Order: sequence, then C-alpha cells, then structure tokens
Amino acid sequence: MSQSPNAPEVIQIGEAQLLVRFAEAIDTALPARIAALSTSLKQRFGNALLELVPSYTTLLIEYHPLKLSPLELSTSIPTLWIQAQAVESVGTLHRLPVLYGSRYGPDLAALAQAKGLSPEEVIKLHTGRRYTICAIGFAPGFAFLGEVDNAIRHPRHSAPRLSIPKGSVGIAEAQTAVYPDASPGGWQIIGNCPLTLFNPDNEPMTPFIAGDSVEFYQVTEEQFIELGGEPCPVWK
Amino acid sequence: MPGLEVAPSGLEVLQPGPLTLIQDPGRFGVAGLGLSQGGPMDLHAFCWANRLLGNPMSAAMLEITLGQASFLAHQDMTLSLCGADMQARIVSNGEARPQANWRSFPLKASEELQLGAAVSGLRAYLAVKGGFQTQAILGSRATVVRNKLGGINGEKLTEENTLEVSNDSQTNLDVSSNKVPDRYQPNYSDPVRLELLHGPQYMDYPPEQLTTLFDSRYRISPSSDRMGIRFEGQAVQAGPAGMISEGISAGAMQLPPDGQPIILMSDRQTLGGYPKPFILSRYSQWCLAQCMPGTEVSFVPGDLTHASKQWQEFVRFFELFE
Repeated sequence: MSQSPNAPEVIQIGEAQLLVRFAEAIDTALPARIAALSTSLKQRFGNALLELVPSYTTLLIEYHPLKLSPLELSTSIPTLWIQAQAVESVGTLHRLPVLYGSRYGPDLAALAQAKGLSPEEVIKLHTGRRYTICAIGFAPGFAFLGEVDNAIRHPRHSAPRLSIPKGSVGIAEAQTAVYPDASPGGWQIIGNCPLTLFNPDNEPMTPFIAGDSVEFYQVTEEQFIELGGEPCPVWK
Repeated sequence: MPGLEVAPSGLEVLQPGPLTLIQDPGRFGVAGLGLSQGGPMDLHAFCWANRLLGNPMSAAMLEITLGQASFLAHQDMTLSLCGADMQARIVSNGEARPQANWRSFPLKASEELQLGAAVSGLRAYLAVKGGFQTQAILGSRATVVRNKLGGINGEKLTEENTLEVSNDSQTNLDVSSNKVPDRYQPNYSDPVRLELLHGPQYMDYPPEQLTTLFDSRYRISPSSDRMGIRFEGQAVQAGPAGMISEGISAGAMQLPPDGQPIILMSDRQTLGGYPKPFILSRYSQWCLAQCMPGTEVSFVPGDLTHASKQWQEFVRFFELFE
C-alpha cells in the first residue's frame, strides 16, 4: 500500500476537546491505526485525557483543561500518527456463529430475492469475508463491520422496527453488525448470533475493540441452542 | 424469639418523583465500548452540592427532575440541595419547616425531606456528606438508563430503594450549615441565551445558512430527555448529507434533515452521522439543563477563548477530575 502519512486534520471542539480527522472516506485499514494512536496517546498523556471516541475516520479526544493544552496535544499527533501508520491489523479475530433465515433472520428471503440470489448464496457471501470492526457505538458493544460484498448490500427498512431481538445479524448498505441486545432498528435482519456480545458483569464487557476482525460461520438450530441462542426471538 | 434486628440505616426513597437518578461526574474512558458518559445535566449545581459538604467531586448524589419526591432518614446525616427550587421542607414529628435551597443542612433519623414541583429550574441535586454508596461500575456510579448501567440496577430510583450513606462521613469539619454565595446562585427564570461555539461541521455550511439560528427564537420541545434536548423553531436549511459517523461531544448541536436543532446531552449516543455545526458552551449546557420544556431560548455566538478560560476556572475551583 502506498499511503503517504498525511498529517491529520485537527479541529478544536468546544472548551477542551479535539476532533482528529484522518481521511475523508472509509478505509478498513484505518480503525486499527486509530486504535494504535489511541493507545500511544494514553501512554503519553495518561489521565490528562478524559475520553477517546474512535470512529471510522476520526478520533474525538476530551482532555483535562488544566493538565493539557490543545496546542501540546495537537502538536503531538502527527508524529504519533506516522508511527500508527505502520500498524497493519494486529487486532483479534472473532469467529461468530450465525443461524441464518427463518424466524431468526426474517429479511433473508426478501433480501435474496431483491438481489437475484438464493438465500444460500447470500449466506455464502456473508460468511465468505473477514470484516473489520470500524467503530463501536449506537449501543453498548454494537460493532459496525465493514464492508459486505457488493452483491448483498441493501438499504435499511424505511421505517425501523420497534424492537428486534438480541443477537440479530443485520445488513445496512455496506455494513453488517450484530445487535448485542434487543433494540429498535432498521437493518435488514438475516440471522441471529447466539453469543453474548455485551454483558456489564463480564470483564471485558464486550470482546470487541475497533480494529479487530470478525468472521461469521453458519450453524444449525441445534448448535445455535447449544451455544445459548434464544429459540423464540421476540419481534415488535 | 425475635431474631437479631439490624437498625435501619441510610436514606429511604418514599416517593421518587418522575425521574430521580444517582449521578456522579460520569463514566469516562468507556466510549470505545459504545457506552454513554452519563453524569449530571447541570454540572454547576452538582459541583456546588458536593462542595457545600466538602465532598470530592466524584461523590455520587441524586439528580431529581421535576420534583415531587420525598425521602426518609434512617440515621442522622448531612445533606445539601442545589439547582432547581422545589420548595423543600423537612417534616419532623408531624411538623414541617421550609428548607432553603443552595445550602447544606442536617437531616436527623426519622425526619423526612419533601420536595414539591419545581417552581424555578428543572433539576435539583441532593447530595449527602460522603456520597451515596451505590455500586460503582467501570469507575462510576452514574446511572445511564439506556445502557442499563450504574445507579441501582441501571434504573431510575423507585420507592423500594434505600440508599446507603457513607459511614466515614463524620468529619471534624462542620459542613451542616454552608451556603452557596448569592452571586453564584443562578436565577433560572432569567431569559435564556445559549452561546454557540463552532462545531466540527461549521465550515461545511454557507455562513448565511446558519444565521437562521441567531435570527429567531426556539422553543424547547417536550420530547427532550437526558440524551438530547430538541428545539422547535425556524428550520435551518439542510447541511451536508452522507456524513461518516463520528464521536459526539457533550453539548453538540446536531442538525438532522428536518433542520430542527437537537443539543446532545449527558446520555447522548457515542457516535452519530448528522452534521454538527455548533456546540454549546459548557456554561450554556448547564443553563439549558434547567429549562422546562416549552421555554423559549435564543442562540448567540459564543467566544471560545472566554469559554475555555471559564471552564479552566471551573475545573480548578471545584477540583474536578482529580
């Protein structure tokens, strides 16, 4: 890859926050580098940093207004970013079981039809890739995964469902994700993952870190229930 | 034969009112998991309530929205009450006496603290010497109901809750009759002018498009909550579309396609994809937190240098984030 280490854009937001923008377009190589930059910033500035919010192409930094100046923080970023550029994905690979279709993935058949594919072909394309966790947000442990195969990209429902079950696996345009908990949502739900992906009593609460990788594999209903899946998902 | 009875202790919630939450400054360092920060909507009143008692700012207290709450002491304790005026009174042996706001005061075992409806402001802060001892999770006791985290079981308080009060709250220092100096007590009935500083997408709008915000008044919508405060008024022409989701700061003004501004507050989602041309100054966020739905506000341009200096002074004065 021939990527020049362009100095990221740094914008002061309010009294004591900086938004650092690394690119204008989504690039699945970025999240691991942003994660690496976050780590080196934490090592360098410790408790002078109050919060770091990584996303696809940005990092929002809230800093202690007496322990750090915006100038000191922003001037440290270009060098640390050059070091972070060297990072190729070093994240963990998470392999997630999915029970596709039927009452667990009610949108699978319609999505397949809209795309001129069979449900089996959609499953093959969805399981046939390694995805990058580009960002975690929307809800606790909700990992935005990029990017799904062109052939199965599909827009959200025009009106979101009021509640879709915990574990639902969805597609929205180029993104796919697992809903860690029941939630309203507009994504196309093609299956369900039986694993618990967010639990406040666990340490860590979610296994995911931005920059990690995810692969899906298909399981049968018996395997799904054995793995702790909920046999009667509730839809609203 | 009667068993060994443990004398009841702590502060019992007799009536929680519509929304009473355990809050501390918030849950920091966990946005990467998708968790909201939480914390008090009005940090100014929150900090004073802790300061009156000599508490560290990390001590947890109650944020009482709208009022109509009452509490029964099962042991002697020292409390403080700041923020919205809910015409507090203390009932002792069937007799009620008024308790002034922005003060610390003793509440003896078997006395009851009663709060009426908010007559000025929206949120009151009730603190106890030493802080309420609920379970901290990820370094914070702050309740974020939408994350089911903090407080008691991640929920707002109910009439079944009794809150444990720190035992080491007895210090030699008498903090039972402190008062916030008059000049630091805001008048929540004053006209509300909210200062706007530049947000991350400010440069993506033609300047004249944003003057709409300064040229008219906006009304606070009833569908506002701790996640976001929504406004109704002159719609701002749509800005950039198809943004890549990015982290959201407290006080950020989000402009969805309908052009009605939303100010994102303590329980905001960590990431969002709507443009944010402005952010409210911290001071204005706290003013806004005390506005009843229906209040008319005006937006005015803020001064970043001045706001930053004010924030530094605030953090220094209250020894926040120590």
